[in-house]
Amino acid sequence: MASEQRANLKPLSLHVPEPKFRPGDEVDFSDIEVPAADAAKRPDVGAHPDTFHELSYGLVRVLDENDRAVGQWNPRLDADVLRRMLRNMAMTRAFDERMFRAQRQGKTSFYMKSTGEEAVAVGAAMALASDDMCFPSYRQQGILITRNYPMIEMMNQIYSNKGDKLQGKQLPIMYSSKEDGFFSISGNLATQYPQAVGWAMASAAKGDTRIAATWCGEGSTAEGDFHSACTFASVYRAPVILNVVNNQWAISSFSGFAGAEATTFAARAIGYGIAGLRVDGNDALAVYAATLWAAERARTNQGPTLIEHFTYRAEGHSTSDDPTGYRSAQEYSNWPLGDPVTRLKNHLIALGEWDEERQEAMDKECADLVRKTQKDAEKNGILGHGLHQPLDTLFEGVYEEMPWHLREQQQQMMAEEEASGRPWARK
Amino acid sequence: MNMIQAVNSAMDVMMARDDNVVVMGEDVGYFGGVFRATAGLQNKYGKQRVFDTPITECGIIGVAVGMGAYGLRPVPEIQFADYIYPALDQLVSEAARLRYRSAGEFTAPITVRSPFGGGIFGGQTHSQSPESIFAHVSGLKTVIPSTPYDAKGLLISAIEDNDPVLFFEPKRIYNGPFDGHWDGPSKNWSKHPGGEVPTGYYRIPLGKANTVREGQDVTILAYGTMVHVCQNVVKETGVDAEIVDLRSIVPVDIEAIEESVKKTGRCMIVHEATRTMGFGAELSALVQERCFYHLEAPVTRVTGFDTPYPHSLEWAYFPGPVRIGEALKNIMKDA
Repeated sequence: MASEQRANLKPLSLHVPEPKFRPGDEVDFSDIEVPAADAAKRPDVGAHPDTFHELSYGLVRVLDENDRAVGQWNPRLDADVLRRMLRNMAMTRAFDERMFRAQRQGKTSFYMKSTGEEAVAVGAAMALASDDMCFPSYRQQGILITRNYPMIEMMNQIYSNKGDKLQGKQLPIMYSSKEDGFFSISGNLATQYPQAVGWAMASAAKGDTRIAATWCGEGSTAEGDFHSACTFASVYRAPVILNVVNNQWAISSFSGFAGAEATTFAARAIGYGIAGLRVDGNDALAVYAATLWAAERARTNQGPTLIEHFTYRAEGHSTSDDPTGYRSAQEYSNWPLGDPVTRLKNHLIALGEWDEERQEAMDKECADLVRKTQKDAEKNGILGHGLHQPLDTLFEGVYEEMPWHLREQQQQMMAEEEASGRPWARK
Repeated sequence: MNMIQAVNSAMDVMMARDDNVVVMGEDVGYFGGVFRATAGLQNKYGKQRVFDTPITECGIIGVAVGMGAYGLRPVPEIQFADYIYPALDQLVSEAARLRYRSAGEFTAPITVRSPFGGGIFGGQTHSQSPESIFAHVSGLKTVIPSTPYDAKGLLISAIEDNDPVLFFEPKRIYNGPFDGHWDGPSKNWSKHPGGEVPTGYYRIPLGKANTVREGQDVTILAYGTMVHVCQNVVKETGVDAEIVDLRSIVPVDIEAIEESVKKTGRCMIVHEATRTMGFGAELSALVQERCFYHLEAPVTRVTGFDTPYPHSLEWAYFPGPVRIGEALKNIMKDA
């Protein structure tokens, strides 16, 4: 019902954010401010949370336009570590390429690439201790690759085959590895955030020295769990690193729908009393340095850090998504922070520790390893081709012990399958 | 002991036995809880194990799930069951599914305590009985005690259980059993055998019902406050009813239910929660499927109405002696 118009006031209007570029548009990112690589100051790890205003609105960067590592955040990694970092990122990319193709070939139902965001996962994983607990979202496969989780296990999970440790119970890419400090991925967004804080609180309460780290996309920061987690993390000074991967897109919604028109995601930390860092997410050294800083802060009982990784989702949201329907195809090629793999490669070349031939050889080695592993994984079966888990495992693990009603349903299902004569009845 | 003291004692016993048991929730720490259920625990076990939380139910349960993944055994409190809904995503999507989705790598051995049920002029948001919401979720267990003795034994079992358990405490009977006569004198637990509670460790198994009155003519399935209301109605009407206190609604004790209904041939289900899709519907379906040829009358449900819980008209809403008495008369009319 319209109320009486007030003659002296203009009618209100609702602001609905709109991304700058839609399909077919020319892309101009000149308004994105990219500070000089040595601009950001590196504070003491014990700095009070109210001193992070500049770091929350600025951008921690290490690699400059001449591919040199500069500034206070330069982690001064030696060439072997840099090469390992580059290889982890290249391997993540090769894995993504291969698994995306496997989905297109009908070998599995679903896949999600992390192209353009490899530095966020690999850089962080290399800065954490191997027994620190990660609570990832679905786009940090680089953590598992960095932690040397067997690639065949990742593929078995993607194929839901008889080798799948998760018994075919989870959608592809929802990995879990307790041994490797990689918490079971959930489809429900941001739920891992308070869980990571709880894990960190438990570690602190038990006098442990391990810390937790969690990741969500910028879109997921709109969930209530994000707020709960930041509140808990701040209140109890939990030893946790809260990573926000701002890749500009939440499926088809640009970051403005999560609040990016008005502020940065790192700046959310200010209101919670958490140290906030905004980092060039395509600069593996900046991600590494920021994570190392936050880990030290957490490990010395000085509380949580929220890190926004400013990056760009180079590919579609998933194999079920076509980004040409909502954004300009030029966006990624014009992205001002470039490509994380290329930037790290160029840095190593600039150091005289790498060259294009070695890069080519390494890329081929990664692709070959992925292909060979894929062949091995496919011996365990691909989705829907019979080499699945025994049917009755469907009922296992709902509870520690199977209650009567599940036992009954299990028996009923098995009897039905036996009677059906269908191939499924073969256990 | 009254039920609060029994609940307190269960947590005390478990915290002393297991360093990994931690208690958390709004006002549970220094203050000891708005119902005093955690009184004295922080003082005894320290702030690392008993602590106040921010007012965020999704945070409380999410954090508890993370603590469980670390290896602790958290006992989070939700101040009123009416306020558990902000935590639904964490309970349904996370706690309930964690073991299944990780093929047993990670588990959520958490016990969510929450005062529930009406009969206290709690109005819409301090009276609800949301048990069927959780009963519908595979992976969760739901427990509702009816006496201090049961509350302690069941809570100890719940805390020791490696699955997530919803532990709903009927706040109407925190201080004494309630016979349904709201205008009568209030009773305390001191004269009720269920108020005799050992100070040490004991357990009552989850998933096992308790036949609180043996009878031949009709089986009454109830839990929580309604067990006492039913006991009194049976006494007043003189119907020889068998009253089965379910104690756990998931997993439910199907053997006890089947055995009783096959003996009596009649089944009446009583709960405070609203009727449509309430847990009574599941019980009714189970009885119909398993005891069909033994039934001499339709299965009857006596429940709260399909309305939000009212304030001033509470005693018209609450399934009390009049409504249960009429239903009993009706189910017995052809006997």
